Amino acid sequence: MLVLPALLGLAFLVLPLAGLLLRAPWSTLGTRLARPEILEALRLSLVSATLATLFCLLVGVPLAWVLARVDFPGRRLVRALVTVPLVLPPVVGGVALLLALGRNGLAGRWLDRWFGVTLPFTTAGVVVAEAFVALPFLVISVEGAVRAADLRYEDAAATLGATRWTTFRRVTLPLIAPGVGAGAVLCWARALGEFGATITFAGNFPGRTQTMPLAVYLALENDPQAAIVLSLVLLAVSVIVLAGLRGRWVS
Amino acid sequence: MISHRTTFRTASIVALAGVLAAGCGSTGKDGKGTSGKTRTVVVFAAASLTETFTALGKTFEASHPGVKVKFNFGGSSALAQQIDQGAPADVFAAASPATMKQVTDAGRASGPRVFARNRLEIAVPPANPAKVAALKDLASSKVKVVLCAPQVPCGAAALKALKAAGLTVKPVSQEQDVKAALTKVRLNEADAALVYRTDVKAAAGQVKGIDFPEAAKAINDYPIAAISKAPQPGLAGEFVQSVLSQQGQTTLLQAGFEKP
Repeated sequence: MLVLPALLGLAFLVLPLAGLLLRAPWSTLGTRLARPEILEALRLSLVSATLATLFCLLVGVPLAWVLARVDFPGRRLVRALVTVPLVLPPVVGGVALLLALGRNGLAGRWLDRWFGVTLPFTTAGVVVAEAFVALPFLVISVEGAVRAADLRYEDAAATLGATRWTTFRRVTLPLIAPGVGAGAVLCWARALGEFGATITFAGNFPGRTQTMPLAVYLALENDPQAAIVLSLVLLAVSVIVLAGLRGRWVS
Repeated sequence: MISHRTTFRTASIVALAGVLAAGCGSTGKDGKGTSGKTRTVVVFAAASLTETFTALGKTFEASHPGVKVKFNFGGSSALAQQIDQGAPADVFAAASPATMKQVTDAGRASGPRVFARNRLEIAVPPANPAKVAALKDLASSKVKVVLCAPQVPCGAAALKALKAAGLTVKPVSQEQDVKAALTKVRLNEADAALVYRTDVKAAAGQVKGIDFPEAAKAINDYPIAAISKAPQPGLAGEFVQSVLSQQGQTTLLQAGFEKP
């Protein structure tokens, strides 16, 4: 009874990927991959996803720790707020970012006036859009890890005179390292695939804000073969990430 | 270490589900044919036709009781791609012969007819923060210019006009359709955009339009055609006729389009 729908589910997931592989222009793949605009989009994607992940680690791990360990009023509300970008359509996130951090936005206006910084149409804008969408993945993953970590180790450290910061750095962090790693990889993968918020907030320009997903979308309109090649590259990156995850944290 | 593994698994399942759910979302292209008595004619039209065709659709519905007109507005090249991939469209109205050709070459339509022409204008925010007065001002690196992507008709026209003027403009973004380019100016994120005169007119009060002579060298023809094997072939033909009719042409002229 269950085997048939299970097979159907599997086929549903695998078939599109098979289509991608079967329709790929294998004979011209090498020359197409070496085209400067593809390399440019790939470089931009990797750099911006990595920067976004670093930013997420910097603010996300402390945020996750606070959510897991500090009891304060409104904690559930804060957790709900943190997960909003997870369920929000990314395009909506992009619109929201424009209204908040755009040249005319709530905070963006002051960034422009005081520092002459405007985020839309810049690579920094891409990083911001990706971090906004990817941060919840990291926070949820790390919060779970912190909750699962045995409190008694931290208590022991505290009784031995360690400060909160030392305890966090020397005890908690090593304990939750696998969770942080997994969260960072998921966060990075989400950032790499980001489309809606990026095109809405950062626009689309080759070499500056045109990441791989944007390049795929626009290439499909006049050069489907190029779109397939770009998609293959993203697929390969995803498979590598999955393989890396398996080796490090699961098996 | 079991707890870590479970944690990771739970977290990753939640997160992966999120990735899938949030992954993408774009153009709806539904348009089932007959349901009960109402018939639906599905029109794929260039983004620059949004206001005019919405109005024409209302008129068409009024004169055809029991008929609904559904639109899919977007960049002409994206629409052409969707039609070639089998999207259930009855009518295609493109902003350039090149994008229409993508569809006729694929055998999805034949005998397109030009129903309007459109020319570019510079759109700037009402306050015109970068003090743009002419096309050559867009070449300054201090002006944030947004163009359409080169594969979209408005982008192709913009490149043509800039070439005619002998100018090189480095845009901050290449948008996927003309309305997206206009939006960046409406939100005051960009200092200027090259869009159609009709878009400026449709957004009156929110953007200011600046004419430039080189626009005459990059005028777009807008072709329309019924799709072969359309779900509603009869209605498709009638809709095309209504656009070409006197009344349709008047609506287009009022919106700022030019006679074909």
